[in-house]
Amino acid sequence: MSYGSIVKVPFGPQHPALKEPEHFLFEIDGEIIVNVKPRIGYNHRGIEKAFERRTYIQNIYLAERICGICSDAHTTCYTQAIEDLLGLDAPPRARYIRVIVAELERIHSHSLWLGIAVHEIGFDTFFMYLWRDREAVMDILELISGNRVHYAMNTIGGVRRDITPEIIPKIIRSLDFLEKRTKYYMKALRSERTVLKRTVDVGVLKPKDAVELCAVGPTLRASGVKNDVRGDDPYAAYDEIPFNIVTDDGCDVFSRMLVRCGEILESINMIRYALDHMPSGMLRVRMPMAVKPGEAVSRVEAPRGELIHYVKSNGSTRPERYKVRSPTLANIPALCRMFIGQHVADIPIILAGIDPCFACMDRLVFIDVKTNKRKSLDFESFSEMVRKQRNFRLA
Amino acid sequence: MAIIAEAIKWLLKHPVTIKYPFEREAPPKGFRGRPVWDMHRCIGCGLCSRICPSGAIEIIGRGQEAKIKHYVDRCLFCGQCSESCPRNAIKLMNDFEHARYNRDVMIYEYKRET
Ligand code: SF4
Ligand code: SF4
Repeated sequence: MSYGSIVKVPFGPQHPALKEPEHFLFEIDGEIIVNVKPRIGYNHRGIEKAFERRTYIQNIYLAERICGICSDAHTTCYTQAIEDLLGLDAPPRARYIRVIVAELERIHSHSLWLGIAVHEIGFDTFFMYLWRDREAVMDILELISGNRVHYAMNTIGGVRRDITPEIIPKIIRSLDFLEKRTKYYMKALRSERTVLKRTVDVGVLKPKDAVELCAVGPTLRASGVKNDVRGDDPYAAYDEIPFNIVTDDGCDVFSRMLVRCGEILESINMIRYALDHMPSGMLRVRMPMAVKPGEAVSRVEAPRGELIHYVKSNGSTRPERYKVRSPTLANIPALCRMFIGQHVADIPIILAGIDPCFACMDRLVFIDVKTNKRKSLDFESFSEMVRKQRNFRLA
Repeated sequence: MAIIAEAIKWLLKHPVTIKYPFEREAPPKGFRGRPVWDMHRCIGCGLCSRICPSGAIEIIGRGQEAKIKHYVDRCLFCGQCSESCPRNAIKLMNDFEHARYNRDVMIYEYKRET
């Protein structure tokens, strides 16, 4: 039913869906969304600029802090880009360890997301159980790397720590536990009426739209499109480890839940295989002191989708330019399509459905409003500008 | 309804959370906590201070006389300093409770005692 008049509802920057600020302007007819305009950029942190001020080694830890949830995906992508620039290859054991940590991270990220998704539909009991069981994977990550969140496992030319034989039985035990729990949760999701009512046919993204709008990761795979950097352009040891790319044809939020559950189960099998077949040998190769001038691009399948890093070197000890394209940015156009025709009450769960991480995504560009010209600034002219503005405001 | 059975099962069990700070769990082996300096090993080369990604290490003077200031409020606990030190003078400890109300007390100083 149409109410005949369109009302504009601003959503955000502070909004009920997530803690991170972002703005969407919804045009609604009654309860139905007819149009949406996103406005991004509330969470810009200047990390790309900070890359230009630090050495290649220091930047590993900066790349890690782009995202607290996919910290390992960012360092893998960063180190791969630099290794490409240097013509280095990580030794085989290091590549297996990279896979193991990356898949553990995927398990933790997907269980975290599942918890948030059920929380968005008001099912907090489910959320508590999911997050309780997620501790098992956090403990393994802490055991392997020495930290729960920022693992600092990757370095240029390999990994920094080994997975020792003493901890392998502990990892296997936790994996068995996680497998059992994930299977249970998958069954529970399928039979729980509250979940089905709130997620089936909500936020539909047709396969054609998903491809056209360049969606990535589980969002794309839940629309039935088989696309995964791990399979299409294998990095680390993914070419040696058998796995299935999980897809689902439902195209809605419920399918996104099932795809992520399926990926957790796949990851568990991949880690088991990798632990069994891990070659022995060195953990890292030495990094040459000088970095040649040049450019490199690296791709990684982060838990949220395809992640791209670009580096340009001018032969000095610091990169000249660094660019990060995080998966959330790629999913924003698809997200806007999902909203059309949906109810206002479903905004939080649709928004959360792509597993957004706005802080990783936000970038900033300077536009002179008088001439409508874009410009980019180097660090010195940027600080100069800030200084001038400050004087101006004080005066 | 599937979750109800689970909820009833857990109703009679102990909570899974521990009552921090009254109960504490020891961090696992290999935990990356606060770095500490063994000044008897340190030769004052300044490499740790140059490599630290967050600028948490200040070195005053050079050689045996050098004094190290570690600003724990800036530290990321990445362990790069201990990895890069040519003399293995830096070890990461197990402690993790560093938060204070005042940043001035979060500076640790190390100097070789004669
Ligand atoms: S790198 Fe090691 S030897 Fe050099 S100043 Fe630091 S602690 Fe001392
Ligand atoms: S642990 Fe990392 S951040 Fe902390 S002092 Fe050492 S190098 Fe710096």
